[in-house]
Amino acid sequence: MIPALIVVVVILVLIIGAIIAIYNALVRLRNQVDNSWSQIDVQLKRRHDLIPNLVETAKGYMKHERETFEAITKARSQAMGAKTVSDAAKAEGALGDALSKFMLVVENYPDLKANQNFLSLQEELTATENRIAFARQNYNDQVLFFNNKIQMFPSNIIAGMFSFTKRDFFELESEAERETPKVSFS
Amino acid sequence: MRRLFAASSVRALISGDPVAAAPSQARPLQIALLRQKKCKRLTMWELIRANKRNSIILMTLMATVLLILGAVIGLLVFGPQGAFFGLIIAAAVWLVLTFISFSQGDQIFLAASRAKPVTHDVHPQLFNIVEEMKIAAALPAMPKIYIIDDPAPNAFATGRSPQTASVAVTAGLLGRLNRDELQGVIAHEISHILHRDILFVTMAGVMLGSIVLLSHVLLRGMFYSSMGSRRRYSSGGRGSGHAQIVIVIIAIVVAILAPIMAQLLYFALSRKREYLADADGARLTRYPEGLAGALEKIASDRSPQLASANKVTAPMYIVNPFKKQGQMKLADLTSTHPPISERVRILRNMTHGASFKDYSDAFKAVTHKATVVPAAALAKEDIEIRRAEASTEKEQRTQTQVRQVGDIMRKLNNFLFLTCACGLKLKIPPNYKSDKVKCPRCKRTLDAARQKPAGKNP
Repeated sequence: MIPALIVVVVILVLIIGAIIAIYNALVRLRNQVDNSWSQIDVQLKRRHDLIPNLVETAKGYMKHERETFEAITKARSQAMGAKTVSDAAKAEGALGDALSKFMLVVENYPDLKANQNFLSLQEELTATENRIAFARQNYNDQVLFFNNKIQMFPSNIIAGMFSFTKRDFFELESEAERETPKVSFS
Repeated sequence: MRRLFAASSVRALISGDPVAAAPSQARPLQIALLRQKKCKRLTMWELIRANKRNSIILMTLMATVLLILGAVIGLLVFGPQGAFFGLIIAAAVWLVLTFISFSQGDQIFLAASRAKPVTHDVHPQLFNIVEEMKIAAALPAMPKIYIIDDPAPNAFATGRSPQTASVAVTAGLLGRLNRDELQGVIAHEISHILHRDILFVTMAGVMLGSIVLLSHVLLRGMFYSSMGSRRRYSSGGRGSGHAQIVIVIIAIVVAILAPIMAQLLYFALSRKREYLADADGARLTRYPEGLAGALEKIASDRSPQLASANKVTAPMYIVNPFKKQGQMKLADLTSTHPPISERVRILRNMTHGASFKDYSDAFKAVTHKATVVPAAALAKEDIEIRRAEASTEKEQRTQTQVRQVGDIMRKLNNFLFLTCACGLKLKIPPNYKSDKVKCPRCKRTLDAARQKPAGKNP
């Protein structure tokens, strides 16, 4: 009687221990996902703050490019108003497109390209774009890992019990990216 | 072929690569999604854990060597009962050195390499790159950035933990590399921080230092005590001459072998860590070619070797700071770094992706040896390689880059920058005492008083 009781107790303790461990791992992963999302958020904010300066500096040189500026300003306000991850992704993708178009147009204005202030803004913009890309890379890595953990046995049981839900990837949707599909043969 | 499509679509999903995210192939995408569910992804923690295990093994081995050394010293100095006492002395030496290195190690090391802390305005690009890699690696804090005024291209990371890490690069490195290559080097250093290699190298270096110190003491001590003990024998004291001789012989062997063994262990593990940092560097940037190009440029560099490096600190640098003298087989055992050409070839062989698995495959293909990547890191992971950003650059640009870096270093070294009315730029060294300087071209007298020294960075 007593040995059987001990066995049952030991098994119960082991199961509870496993549940606690898995639950803690899930919480840690979710926090990592949240943290890497806030990293993206910081960088996107930085990008939004940079744009008015950039537009202001460029405006004096580029009198005939009103459409480009309007596209950037509009995309920026849309991106700043986005609420969900997928909305933000769409708006940020459009903003990225507008910015890269703007950078192409800049090539036609040698005076602007010689402006020291503009040059440093341009380096800041490039750096911010890179930071967004790397923050996104990190976020997507974390999301993939978190989603895998939620779907895999046995952690999927605990995830279901405590209602851990899948997260969305942050994919910037952009026209430019869709235009050049990559084909890999061999 | 379907497999390939599927793989590349998953990579696109994960890395968000602009090119590969082509939604046109519906079926492969479905397959990709199915595969994605199954694929296990490694966390950094697993790699760190594997690293930690290796470090513990190495540290235990080195500690054993250290304690044996201590015991032998004890036996020799205090007689048969002294072994334990010797152990305590060895442990105490090690503890004191460890404490110092733990609390001050990075500062000592940075000072010894004559690294100067810099702010964002001094080199914005370097700062931006470090921040990018910090974000990609999800480090908890921004590493402090230092520049070493030395024409030899090299870089290292140091510190106790990812929270208090520092990255230092030489002026020569900044002058020669383009943005992608610099990013590769910084990614390599950030990987060292992420893998906790910086702590390991410091601790193992201290252990090595203690062993070298103690074996030195032992050899010296034996030299002196040999005179004393001879006198003791002649007076017919103990009569255990045989045992004494055996101990002396053992002591000599231990004193000679201990530092060599410790050094070999140290170097073996630091070589492995270089490979791992390369692998993770490629993974963080998604662009192995950047690091490969940087290593190639560093290898082909003809400037004199780094002035402020020594044997214990050598494993911390991205490439061995000592220029090699010969290319014997023995050099493989004693070198702190794998041969650069091999590292470059491995990175260039990563044509399918930038994951640890791809690095490991490339490693096996190039070296025909068992992989260095821990099994935990080999889980399937689809990571697409990114395209080049700054690859097409003119040679002319390198020249202006070298000049710019030269000016940065002069600013850091408190040079005074003056522009004469005739357009000539004067750079006045800090040891120039007079308040006036004559322009060599137009003979005007310029004011060189240092009321506002250039580059007054903290």
